[in-house]
Amino acid sequence: MTGDFRLRGHGMVEPWNPIRFTFDGRQYQGCKGDTLASALLANGVHLVGRSFKYHRPRGILSAGAEEPNALVRVIRDRGRETPNLRATQVEIYDGLRAESQNRWPSLRHDFAAVADLAAPLLPAGFYYKTFMPSLAAWRDWFEPLIRRAAGLGRVPPTEDADRYANRFAHCDVLVVGGGPAGLAAAREAAASGAWVILCDEQPRLGGTLRAEPEARVEGMAARDWVDAAISELAAIARVTLLPRTQAFGYFADNFLALAERCTDHLATPQAGRPRERLWQVRAREVVLATGAIERPLVFPGNDRPGVMLAGAALDYLLRYGVAVGRQVAVVTAHDSAYRAALALHGAGVSVPVIADLRTGEPNAWAVRVRAAGIRVEAGAVPVGSDGRLRVHGVRLRLLDGTAESVSCDTLLMSGGWTPSVHLFSQSRGRLRFDAALECHVPDVSVQQERSAGACRGVFNLADVLADGARAGAEAAREAGRTSRVIAPLGVTGAQEMRGGPVSPIPAKGRAFIDFQNDVTAKDIALAAREGYRSVEHAKRYTTAGMATDQGKLGNVNMIAALAQATAQAPADVGLTTYRAPYTPVTFGTLAGMARDALFDPVRTTPLHDAATAAGAVFEDVGAWKRAWYLPRGGEDRHAAVARECAMVRSSVGVFDASTLGKIDVSGPDAAEFLDRIYATTLKNLPVGKCRYALMLTEAGFVMDDGIVARLGDGRFHVTTTTGGAARVLAHMEDYRQTEWPDLRVWLTSTTEQWAVIAVQGPRARDVLTPLVRDIDLAMLPFMAVRDGRLLDAPLRLFRVSFTGELGYEVNVPANRARAIFDVIMDRAQEFGGALYGTEAMHVLRAEKGFVIVGQETDGTVSLDDLGFGVMGRSKRDFVGKRSLSLPDMRAPGRLQLVGLLPERILEEGAQITSVANPPPGTRALGHVTSAYHSPALGRPIALALLADGRARHGETLFVPMPGGAIPVRVVPPVFVDPEAGRVHG
Amino acid sequence: MLIVCCPYCGDRPEIEFRHAGEAHIARPVDPASVSDADWAEFLYFRTNPKGRHAERWRHVHGCGRFFNAVRDTVTDRFVGTYRVGDAPP
Repeated sequence: MTGDFRLRGHGMVEPWNPIRFTFDGRQYQGCKGDTLASALLANGVHLVGRSFKYHRPRGILSAGAEEPNALVRVIRDRGRETPNLRATQVEIYDGLRAESQNRWPSLRHDFAAVADLAAPLLPAGFYYKTFMPSLAAWRDWFEPLIRRAAGLGRVPPTEDADRYANRFAHCDVLVVGGGPAGLAAAREAAASGAWVILCDEQPRLGGTLRAEPEARVEGMAARDWVDAAISELAAIARVTLLPRTQAFGYFADNFLALAERCTDHLATPQAGRPRERLWQVRAREVVLATGAIERPLVFPGNDRPGVMLAGAALDYLLRYGVAVGRQVAVVTAHDSAYRAALALHGAGVSVPVIADLRTGEPNAWAVRVRAAGIRVEAGAVPVGSDGRLRVHGVRLRLLDGTAESVSCDTLLMSGGWTPSVHLFSQSRGRLRFDAALECHVPDVSVQQERSAGACRGVFNLADVLADGARAGAEAAREAGRTSRVIAPLGVTGAQEMRGGPVSPIPAKGRAFIDFQNDVTAKDIALAAREGYRSVEHAKRYTTAGMATDQGKLGNVNMIAALAQATAQAPADVGLTTYRAPYTPVTFGTLAGMARDALFDPVRTTPLHDAATAAGAVFEDVGAWKRAWYLPRGGEDRHAAVARECAMVRSSVGVFDASTLGKIDVSGPDAAEFLDRIYATTLKNLPVGKCRYALMLTEAGFVMDDGIVARLGDGRFHVTTTTGGAARVLAHMEDYRQTEWPDLRVWLTSTTEQWAVIAVQGPRARDVLTPLVRDIDLAMLPFMAVRDGRLLDAPLRLFRVSFTGELGYEVNVPANRARAIFDVIMDRAQEFGGALYGTEAMHVLRAEKGFVIVGQETDGTVSLDDLGFGVMGRSKRDFVGKRSLSLPDMRAPGRLQLVGLLPERILEEGAQITSVANPPPGTRALGHVTSAYHSPALGRPIALALLADGRARHGETLFVPMPGGAIPVRVVPPVFVDPEAGRVHG
Repeated sequence: MLIVCCPYCGDRPEIEFRHAGEAHIARPVDPASVSDADWAEFLYFRTNPKGRHAERWRHVHGCGRFFNAVRDTVTDRFVGTYRVGDAPP
């Protein structure tokens, strides 16, 4: 037996396939086809959770995605633990472990339930009211307390062990919802030759047809027709059926996001299979067949475990063969609860009373259930419920005013049905309030979309099927398919069910509107009294609809309560905005494959392995891994950098500069183009020569620098900073395409094609001379470029220096770089040379006062600020030139590049002041941009941007630090070889 | 995610493109003859309209071309896209 409340001969589950699972450590038995909720109910368990604010005991309220109470944590194994799952959607498997949340030490005895006793002290807007007066009380007392208490569920303690997949899909018609309307729509669209995707959140398609007690479709029981329709659809190659797939977002241009649960229902998922899959679907046409959600009634004690939606009870009976109780009372304002009562009664469950809030003539349903022997009390109102961990009675006020308590172990309620317009609303469609149905329904579509069935207020099964077929045919036609009308489906036994929303029932006690966030009708009334009359304000003030269920059950009742409190019609209250996701989506689904190395891809140079073999410690520069320093023996960073610097100054060092951006600029107007795009004059650059070039934004600020080498009349090789490569190419393309489309010039990134091996130091020429062919190194002057060969590979050799030493940059094809690097290293080692890293490179260039764009500059630094003012005085126009003469660019007090000689190594970013202990509010004179220990000088040095810095050479200023101010002497920004003799070798 | 119609490649998803600011702001032919105020206007001032907005896009992960588009900033819908030099729709 799979639970004492399992009924033989009912449901579509397989009692002959028992499944064992645990809930809060206790073992239970369910069966194949069960959800966690149905299996618990089959075992008589209603109490499954505690509410968020008051920690009130709560039971299973619904049978679907809208469930606000039955939130559980499911633990499969280490790394596979998911909080906040709705038990109504969790399919059980053998060995499933689930735990309730928001309680301590146990569900039955929860200490935090004292919050419930304190409820009168926790009114709507409690936080705002309490924490306004005292910031200190908030910081020291309330915030830590609330942070401990807040949050629902627990973040899994370990990294997610699962993998997640992502799929893009296109189709003619996407049908959301596999109930009667969706199935009819999919059949019709498929018959028209359309490519169709049909998705549904449930494990099995069919929706309400699977819990249809009486109606027959095409002469078959509804559930049998569903099976036939599904196998018919599944046989069509153009149709993709996606059960267990929640459409959770509807974005622009008919782009929808679906989350497919692939393995959560399996006891032993196949290794490597994704747990969930994100479908990103671009549909020509969409049919929304998202159904309707039943509304709870708002009466005191409507949240006790055992109080449940009537439709859910019908679901549990017809789908799962579970009786939700033995004595099931009903309170309702809608006919559908009669149908549930009748079905339960037919299954042998006692139904002591149906209390119908509506007065007037008994309708056909009342007549029918009375004939079956069920007592009906028209005009009876529930004014309370009894019980603590489980309801054991409902208190009614009968039409004649007498009070009566009716014993029951389960209480069903129904306030009617609300069309699920969430996705329609997300698509930006306009809703209208239907006065007859007393709810919002889709009105004007904004995208290629239409709604069908209950989600647009069509409820009778025959009408729903016809409406779905209409929508499917229309969608196929709009998608360009020729619709072929298939015969209308024959439906018999479909019953009219009517009824409507009701306002909260005025009675003493707390009547819950938002079950998860514990918002009561009184809270809404209070918010309205305090002036929060707009539905959006009332929502935020009371937090109604802001829990993980997004108010699927409560929103309509909140509107009714607000309408009541503000004496408005519900139509005038309006609706809060629906936003994606419809139900919570795991981060894994959204991230898909984009995690670890695929989330943040790493770029490595062709010499990465060589640097690794040489013991390099790497640093991240953008996406690049660059060799930072290469310690030997027990060297720390400072020792390694000092040795590397000394090696370059005294002999030779080799450096991997492959990350530099490289752009091939070709065409008859290439020289003219570069002359306009760089501040440096380039038109007169002779073939075979290089020039240091600075690039400005149009606003006149330095944005990049590099070397421009002229290879021929119309051919240039341009380098950029490592981080600026993409930005510079985009900037150049912008001007080429949009400002100067008449110039005949083409730009090609060659960053990845060329590897760059810098050989720097007094012995650089000795290293390269025997290796290089077709270039006479002795005749190659500083700032020259030649093409030659090295190891039979094409070589582009630059004589340039970023160290101040004699230097070359060896450019070779990336796929030959390693072999060439090895022969260069062999040669360099003969002179005591070795690889050096980016830290030594930084120190060496700082000793020479060479700036690094992005370190000495920050987007507000001009040519003149860096000491390149003469460049800006060129007669010709170039990008940024006009801005150089704007008043602020010439105003006194600009920050200018200087060198600093401090007593200790400074911190980059530290402020500079004229006095050692400036009073608070003192404006800094500038800041430190680069700071190192200089091995060449044997002392700390720094570069800085300083107000009127060039006029301050010789002054002593201060860098205030927590341990006391550091005096610094201002000097020109060149510390080594100011005559630049060494670079000429 | 919007579909953007590149005038050179056709309809493509938004992630292939990069927005590049307001369109039809021509760089003065002779910047030296422009007043400081007019130059600052060219550099920094944009219309930011509510409604139809002419803007530049670049098919950065496609053909690499810049083109212009008119988009309604209220509905976030494209009125049309067109090549550099063509008149707005």
